[in-house]
Amino acid sequence: MTDAGPAPPPPDEGWSRLHPLTPIARVGRLAPALVLLLVVSNVHSKAENGTAETDYLIAITLISAVYGYIHWMVTRWRLEGDTLRIETGLIRKDSRRLPLARIQAVDIVRPFLARLLGVSELRIRLAGSGSTDGKLAYLSEAQAAELRLLLLAGHVDTEAPVSSNTGLPMASVDTGRLLASVFLSLITIIVIGTVAVLAVLDQFEPKTAAAVAGVLAVYLLSAATVIWRRLSGQYAFIAVEAPEGVRIRRGLLQTISETVPYGRIQAVRQVEPLLWRPFGWCRLEVDVAGATGRNQRGEGTSVVRKAILPVGSQQDSWHLLARLLGAPDPERTAPPGRARLKAPLSFHFLSAGHDTTHAVCVTGRINRATTWVPLEKTQSIRRVQGPLQRPLGLATVHVDVAGKRARAEFRDREIEEADQLVADLTALSRRARQRDRTPVPAAGSDAAPSGWYPDPAGRHEQRYWHEGRWTEHVANGGRRTSDAATPAP
Amino acid sequence: MRRAEAVTITVVLVALFGVVFGVTAGAAAGLVSVVVTVALGLTFSWFLRRRFRAWRYQERHEDLIVARGVMVQRLSVVPYGRMQFVEVTAGPVERLFHLSTVKLHTAAAASDARIPGLEQTEAARLRDRLTELGESMAAGM
Repeated sequence: MTDAGPAPPPPDEGWSRLHPLTPIARVGRLAPALVLLLVVSNVHSKAENGTAETDYLIAITLISAVYGYIHWMVTRWRLEGDTLRIETGLIRKDSRRLPLARIQAVDIVRPFLARLLGVSELRIRLAGSGSTDGKLAYLSEAQAAELRLLLLAGHVDTEAPVSSNTGLPMASVDTGRLLASVFLSLITIIVIGTVAVLAVLDQFEPKTAAAVAGVLAVYLLSAATVIWRRLSGQYAFIAVEAPEGVRIRRGLLQTISETVPYGRIQAVRQVEPLLWRPFGWCRLEVDVAGATGRNQRGEGTSVVRKAILPVGSQQDSWHLLARLLGAPDPERTAPPGRARLKAPLSFHFLSAGHDTTHAVCVTGRINRATTWVPLEKTQSIRRVQGPLQRPLGLATVHVDVAGKRARAEFRDREIEEADQLVADLTALSRRARQRDRTPVPAAGSDAAPSGWYPDPAGRHEQRYWHEGRWTEHVANGGRRTSDAATPAP
Repeated sequence: MRRAEAVTITVVLVALFGVVFGVTAGAAAGLVSVVVTVALGLTFSWFLRRRFRAWRYQERHEDLIVARGVMVQRLSVVPYGRMQFVEVTAGPVERLFHLSTVKLHTAAAASDARIPGLEQTEAARLRDRLTELGESMAAGM
């Protein structure tokens, strides 16, 4: 602790409490489990006297209600200049200070019951950690929205006004298409197929059918849960453009709104499953870094994969991609024909290419996946040659980005091409990184050479510096537009 | 980078297993098993030797190159700026021969830059140099 900061406000002023309905909403989270218990105990108590069990349930509900009320009593929060302070806990005190400057994202989550009560939960993520660091459950909806804007406005990175919920809509998914897309997935077809087979079997061999159903019941149930999650999680999906990133709102029972900051995108993947291809649908996913602390052990686990378009047409996907990465479309080439011997199935779609800022590659047979990787995010470049590839004179080049799964693969290229690729990509990513961290030239000094530099106003990624002044030319993810320069202060 | 020492250890271990087997299951069986295991050990050590011969690294101006593998040949280029931390480990056998392993960690799980069997002084030098270079070239995510 240092005493350098401004004097803190008096210790007992400006504290706010959570919404008074919080205890009810918290108990509500237990409701499904309680109902399930009630049903189970009722079924059991048909034979015996089950009043005791019902009493237990009432006791559990009461205890959690009392606990929820105490929790609400002892939880308070306030803004102290440039930090948000949250205090909670009766027995084990927990006091957190969240510096506004380090806030990475503020998500608003509304579970089902909370939505009925008109309250929402605020989750605050800081740079330097992947998980939720601060949680305010629950605030009234208006208060949550207001506080979110307030927290994001304190962000040093963006001087531009932070958008409210009304931004430019970029993509949305209507319910019919979502239903169809979930129906056309492999897992749904397996579940329906299994049920159909069981039904037919039931006609001829009721005993066997019952036995098989008993064995498969657990798997079928969990598969059904997965399907349900997909459906309810992506229901009413809408992506909205905001200065700080793409804002996503989705969910049937629980509404989630989250932000994908442009600068943290490690890779973008467009997946086209076999069954969707006749309709020209695809799914767009991004790998977003939650920021990784130095000296922190763990192999890049803080990278999250998020669907930024659960299902959509190629145009929707392309439109989003243009906004995320500036629609990079490097020329793609297929590997030499003899690669068919090594990869007979996936050869069909294999292709890859790169330009000065991005690498793109296509892999997969059943799920065709196109991956775009911005070269400035490259972590390492690898060339791998397996025993099957060597006699064929082929090699694979990987461009790794942060995370466990994200990478672009130049699969089965000519050996000379692979060597050339390793050299080229290394040089290009080095240049891309340097562009990323070139210091801002001071206004008024014409010493800095003309070129692209980070936008001093923070509205765009880069702005062109020419003959000692900022021009109106700006670029976002490689796409150029114009926006009048801010007068020098 | 030489690790023929580790190879001898393997051979010794393998021969030891043979002797133990010979004592428990009779002299003839023991002899056969010793011959077989020694042959296996030699083949294995030959593979190991080849594997470690193929392991090489190069410190370049802005990145480190690590190449390895005989059957599957791999080559990694890791820019110093992307390095998150350097790990130096030495197992009991490695310590016996004053060797250590240097491993470079980046944010990507796939980048594979491990250099085993370095002399301890060389490992320390490499660690310090990599840390220094990583610090001066550090780039954000």
